Amino acid sequence: MMMNNYLMLSAALFVIGAVGVLIRRNMIVVMMCIELMLNAANLSFITFANYRHDMTGHAFVFMVIAVAAAEAAVGLAVVLAMFRNRETVNVDEVNSMKG
Amino acid sequence: MEMAIFLVVGALSIGFSLAMILAPKPVTSAMSLVAVMFCLAVLFAMQSAHLIAILQILVYAGAIMVLFLFVIMLLNLREKEGAESHTKGYAQMFGGAMALAILVVVVGLTHMPASPAGLSSDRFGTTAEVGRLLFTKYILPFEITSVLLLAALVGAVALVKIRMR
Repeated sequence: MMMNNYLMLSAALFVIGAVGVLIRRNMIVVMMCIELMLNAANLSFITFANYRHDMTGHAFVFMVIAVAAAEAAVGLAVVLAMFRNRETVNVDEVNSMKG
Repeated sequence: MEMAIFLVVGALSIGFSLAMILAPKPVTSAMSLVAVMFCLAVLFAMQSAHLIAILQILVYAGAIMVLFLFVIMLLNLREKEGAESHTKGYAQMFGGAMALAILVVVVGLTHMPASPAGLSSDRFGTTAEVGRLLFTKYILPFEITSVLLLAALVGAVALVKIRMR
């Protein structure tokens, strides 16, 4: 059954992305891991769309790609502003709002 | 045949995503993520999502990753002035691999049978059909997406410009 394989691959990619968010401290790499997780979700959408023969999943992936583009633009602007102010992209060193 | 392609491309995507989270340099991570995007585009094309496969390459690998690379370039320039890259061989190998991946995708798309999974009709996932869906049933989310992109544009410019005054 091909659908199970696609879903397992999607889960594996999502877990790798989540682990990356947890173990990496460079904010740019953390954002890349978030993009990887969005892509894993897209793979699930496409798999279910193909299985159910319903193109709603394609429309959803379209929206997810648009949101990912917006997120990357704003997030990278935040990284640039952070680097300009704090001279670092390490997420552990930016903790002034931690309380 | 589908299983063989799936195994190769799936293993490649897992391997490149592991390389992404384990690579010490952000540039290596970004390039590995581009490779993962290409692998996923192949998987999308195999599930007759042709438009999404092309969008994946154009928007993700083409636009978003270039944005990431630009930011890495800007930050690295300030971090270590004049740091020489000594990974020319790696870059050439990577460029060759990417060209091969594009070739595989294009050949895969042009030689795609009408229903690779045995479930799809010939119109499923084509640009016309996805476009029809987006412009009829999902017209409101589609139009709101344009507002989202405008907000992101203004927000990004405001964030970067705010210290330049």
